[in-house]
Amino acid sequence: MHRPTPWDADRARDIIDAHLALEGPALPILHALKDEFGCVPEAAVPLVAERLNVSRAEMHGVVTFYHDFRRAPAGRHVIKVCRAEACQARGGRDVEAAFRRLLGLDWHGTSADGRVTLEPVYCLGLCATGPAALVDGEPVARLDADAVREIVEEVAR
Amino acid sequence: MSRIFVPKDVAAIAAGANRVAETIGREAAKRGLTIEIVRTGSRGAFFLEPLVEVETAAGRIGYREIRAADVASLFDADFLAGGDHPSRIGKTDEHPWFAGQTRLTFARCGVVDPLSLADYAAHGGWKGLARAIVLGASATVDEMIASGLRGRGGAGFPTGVKWKTVAATTAAQKYVICNADEGDSGTFADRMILEGDPFALIEGMIIAGFAVGATKGYVYSRSEYPHANATFARAIELARAAGHLGANVEGSGFAFELELRVGAGAYVCGEETALMESLEGKRGIVRAKPPLPAIAGLFGRPTVVNNLLSLATVPFILAEGAKTYADFGMGRSRGTMPIQIAGNVRNGGLYETAFGPTLGDIVEKIGGGTASGRPVKAVQCGGPLGAYFPPSLFDVPYDYEAFHAAGGLIGHGGITVFDDTVDMAEQARFAFEFGAVESCGKCTPCRIGTVRGRELVETILAGRASETTFETLTDLCETMRFGSLCALGGFIPYPVMSSLTHFPDDFRRAVPRAAAE
Repeated sequence: MHRPTPWDADRARDIIDAHLALEGPALPILHALKDEFGCVPEAAVPLVAERLNVSRAEMHGVVTFYHDFRRAPAGRHVIKVCRAEACQARGGRDVEAAFRRLLGLDWHGTSADGRVTLEPVYCLGLCATGPAALVDGEPVARLDADAVREIVEEVAR
Repeated sequence: MSRIFVPKDVAAIAAGANRVAETIGREAAKRGLTIEIVRTGSRGAFFLEPLVEVETAAGRIGYREIRAADVASLFDADFLAGGDHPSRIGKTDEHPWFAGQTRLTFARCGVVDPLSLADYAAHGGWKGLARAIVLGASATVDEMIASGLRGRGGAGFPTGVKWKTVAATTAAQKYVICNADEGDSGTFADRMILEGDPFALIEGMIIAGFAVGATKGYVYSRSEYPHANATFARAIELARAAGHLGANVEGSGFAFELELRVGAGAYVCGEETALMESLEGKRGIVRAKPPLPAIAGLFGRPTVVNNLLSLATVPFILAEGAKTYADFGMGRSRGTMPIQIAGNVRNGGLYETAFGPTLGDIVEKIGGGTASGRPVKAVQCGGPLGAYFPPSLFDVPYDYEAFHAAGGLIGHGGITVFDDTVDMAEQARFAFEFGAVESCGKCTPCRIGTVRGRELVETILAGRASETTFETLTDLCETMRFGSLCALGGFIPYPVMSSLTHFPDDFRRAVPRAAAE
């Protein structure tokens, strides 16, 4: 997995400036900052606001509206578990519970050692082969109790 | 040289397709055989995935549910010549799941290499655009109106009429937006096109731009679809390099540029005005209508906002003619619908067919009933904001008007099957919980109603409900349905009220005996 780099204001300005030619560049900028730093840090908000000529409050509003733009980096592994209806219909609620129990985490939680983050997601488009999840970006489907245990053991290594 | 087709659709990857492809390559090398492995999209039969196909003199032969461990035995069975094997399904096109379909929008998906421009052209690609250019812009709009195509995102508004409105405006800049923010659970058709036939979407958007006079297009996709986004971004690069996009599209003198934008995990951005706010770099807050996006849309300019499936169907309509498309279907629902059969179902996947089959046929005959083998209890149609249908409504034909008359909606074509272990009161609670998480917060009925609704259902689940609880719940749903600004708040009453209407026992069950007596 791509390791996030530590916060660097000059690097952030370069990223922002590289997107300024786009129409409505805010989301592409925030995605690029998140890809670089693993999150959209508080310190990035005034920089983006200044370059886009909007108020800090307005940019704060944009960043906090979207689930993806987390404010602190996630754990080294990220497990996104689908909570939506099609996965529920195939035993998804048990799979959700198993992940939470085995990881000892609630939704959006990160383990104390920074190893793993558990995120809910509402539909991955794997609705005929659920319950589904993305583990570090890779799709897994037809999850059951054994598969959940394997994934949790895998990320614990 | 033998050609072997292994899907790289994310649903096939989740079932192990990448390992299968690698193993086939290694095994062939070990045996000194020269093969070409073509990574396709999915044909949509997810219950067969990974579905490996081999090109033979007799046609493409399929082998179902192949695991990496099966690969050596496939070679032993001479599958390169279509040899017999326990997983062999015969000619893929003749398998009942495929033989019963009418594939117009999905004709190429799962068949071709999605990033091969040569494959695209060899399978009828660019014919629609060529005909549109010959017809001219205004006749192209007329052709779309004549096709009867209705918006496949859920609202069902005639696509051609929308185009006509935008075409009639005068503006220095107009836009075409593809709504690929496919957030509905139980749907994956947009994702399959992005992964399996991206040039069809590109061609459809160019035609839309040509017809309405727009030179810039945006595809708004989801961050939950990283594989689809990677494939589609590459497809745009290839189309641009080949002259299909740019200042002079295919030498026609018409300019069109296309850009992929990715959302950030907000379901409400699938609503067209919230989507445009998001594209503009703002919070995904719903706008009041009017003005219509066709008049004042993205950056205040005239904008066509179409669902991905609508746009991906445009090339067929232009290439084969409006009448060919309109000859399929029933009533005012013309053409075909890629129905996505999901949830607890034996044969799950994408099934494209003309409008008209009954819901029961889709679930029982095509879908094969539940995967668990237990009786079907409820079928949610049209995503998280769609109604739950009981089996007593299985005779309703798949048609916009018939579904509406039955108290539901077709939406984006998702059908999620539940067996008899589902607790419908819990599903009603979840509908409110989801709505509360995803509400944009602009209008009060949705922002407050989803939270209060969840609390009301929790009261029922805890056995503390009185008759007024149900009255309040019904009243709340009325308020949300008629008072919300968009479909998010306006349609949450569908799953809630359909659960309450069709499955009242699930709501009474939790009432303690003392209170019930």
